[in-house]
Amino acid sequence: MSRITSVFWPTHKALIAYLTVGYPDIETTRRASTVLSDSGVDIIELGIPFSDPLADGATIQQASHRALQHGVTPQVCLEVASRLRREIATPLVFMTYYNPVFHYGLEAFCRDSTGAGINGLIIPDLPPEEGVELEVTTQQHNLDLIYLLAPTSPAERIATVAERSRGFIYLVSLAGVTGARQTLPRELESFARRVRQKAEQPLCVGFGISRPEQASRVAKVADGIIVGSRLIQLIEEDHSLTSLKTFTLDMREALEK
Amino acid sequence: MPTRANPDSRGYFGQYGGKFIPETLMSALDKLESAYAEARADTDFQQQFKRLCRKYIGRPTPLYPAQQLSAEIGGAAILLKREDLAHTGAHKINNAVGQGLLAKRMGKKRIIAETGAGQHGVAAASACAMLGLECIAYMGEEDIRRQAPNVHRMKLMGTEVRPVSSGSRTLKDAINEAIRDWVSNVRNTYYLLGSVVGPHPYPMIVRDFQAIIGQETREQVLAAYHRLPDYLVACVGGGSNSIGLFHPFFSDKQVKFIGVEAAGRGLETGQHAAPLTSGEPGVLHGARSYLLTDDHGQIRETHSISAGLDYPGVGPEHSYYKDTERASYVAVTDNQALEGFRLLCHTEGIVPALEPAHAIYHAARLATDLPADRLIVVNLSGRGDKDLETVIKEAGMKL
Repeated sequence: MSRITSVFWPTHKALIAYLTVGYPDIETTRRASTVLSDSGVDIIELGIPFSDPLADGATIQQASHRALQHGVTPQVCLEVASRLRREIATPLVFMTYYNPVFHYGLEAFCRDSTGAGINGLIIPDLPPEEGVELEVTTQQHNLDLIYLLAPTSPAERIATVAERSRGFIYLVSLAGVTGARQTLPRELESFARRVRQKAEQPLCVGFGISRPEQASRVAKVADGIIVGSRLIQLIEEDHSLTSLKTFTLDMREALEK
Repeated sequence: MPTRANPDSRGYFGQYGGKFIPETLMSALDKLESAYAEARADTDFQQQFKRLCRKYIGRPTPLYPAQQLSAEIGGAAILLKREDLAHTGAHKINNAVGQGLLAKRMGKKRIIAETGAGQHGVAAASACAMLGLECIAYMGEEDIRRQAPNVHRMKLMGTEVRPVSSGSRTLKDAINEAIRDWVSNVRNTYYLLGSVVGPHPYPMIVRDFQAIIGQETREQVLAAYHRLPDYLVACVGGGSNSIGLFHPFFSDKQVKFIGVEAAGRGLETGQHAAPLTSGEPGVLHGARSYLLTDDHGQIRETHSISAGLDYPGVGPEHSYYKDTERASYVAVTDNQALEGFRLLCHTEGIVPALEPAHAIYHAARLATDLPADRLIVVNLSGRGDKDLETVIKEAGMKL
């Protein structure tokens, strides 16, 4: 059982939080990670900013842009992860696009990620068709390569991901980019059920989730939720991170309902 | 005719290409691939495309011997493939009509497109108006500023032009936004990509529709000279006009291919758009190909006087041609392109777009070093009306 899979147990729904590393600055990423970890977050996704984040909506695009302007590189993200690993026990996952990983070198990136205490990778522009090489390398370095499924994924693609995703399966709640939404699509439950029939891994739903009632709804059909853009907005609105803490506790509570 | 230059079943040309794209779009790409395979095998579809090429686009475009240009510079003969005479003024219309027909066949009514110079946007707007399809074009704010006439043309034809304000506000960012739109509206939307870039099967589809340039050229050169040309020269941004010219000659090993990239303010300044000449392999917009990145894998900002070449990546088939040395790639600066522009204006009375002006400049240099019995074909991929303002400003040219 990997460190990531160990957070999932039948009576506990996982709360997964995304932060863009270095937004608005490195110190805030560190403080926010501690707040999240203390407020019931089970896994922290550290976003390595990329210049062309084509799966992301305006909030994460802007956060990535700002982080890059401040000189955040994959190297800096590894240093941030190392430091966090000494401070919190929460499993850490890198989320980034394929080019920074490819450019760093797959072997070196996986080695250094493991060395920094990272437990898994999520790469939204790397479908299983292109992921064979990285699957081998991540396995050699005890990292879970987490694949995504979307409401548009047909049965055969669901079967492929069910066979190959490690840690959990990331269910993209809607056809669209990341970003807080007022409502989630009606088809979400049937989508989760279709995947559940084929997959043994935990299922975590992300994209658009920004309210406690959405968390409660998703918890009925999935094993965890992923929140990103809303957290970035809260950090932006309240640098003291009190709002972040309150929101996280509310989401945690909503998952228990 | 199958050649080794066709992508494999995973969409790779050698080690370049593939489908590096969010899961949400993967099934749409699979459907596009099978719809295209059916269309390609359907003689009715092919005839429909050929008929529109003749009646709507005005094909075949002439292969014009530029004798006055040759007289001025000496050396090898230069033949211009006059894609500037195609409807809407550039080669982009070939692909826009082809994919427009494909979209219609697939029952998609909402079309999205990206555009840099506005040539693909205008071509898509035109094809969509004619085929009765809704069209939305994403265009960087910087490009909207420098290619204003094309923005007006798109709007006149009923296309909604959506300004893109992220990143460098040029072609790369317009593609990002078009992909984001497609992810969000994939069920009812057809993405009409304008170059031989993006995830498989786009580089193949766009190449196939643009291959008419090379097919006609081959017939025209053979008819007029009873031999094949020695050199094919074309500018390379994403690479569609060049692949369209080169591809049908792939197996004619005696025909040399030269792709001309934008060296911008000079390769040494870093302000250019020449991934094949000075980049390295990476992954952008769904494909592995040569790319301009910084030391950390971030996509670099590019510069070219021509909006259509101002792109950090390039089609995967070009990367394959480079590595296998089937083609060679050179880069021409903004100032050299302006020189090529003026040369063609005053020798032949043809105002080229700034994109092929890069190819004109290189072909002129190449010709002077070759004997008079050699034949160089240059793809004159578009006309220059859209660039007049830029040329007047950049060159300080007085009217």
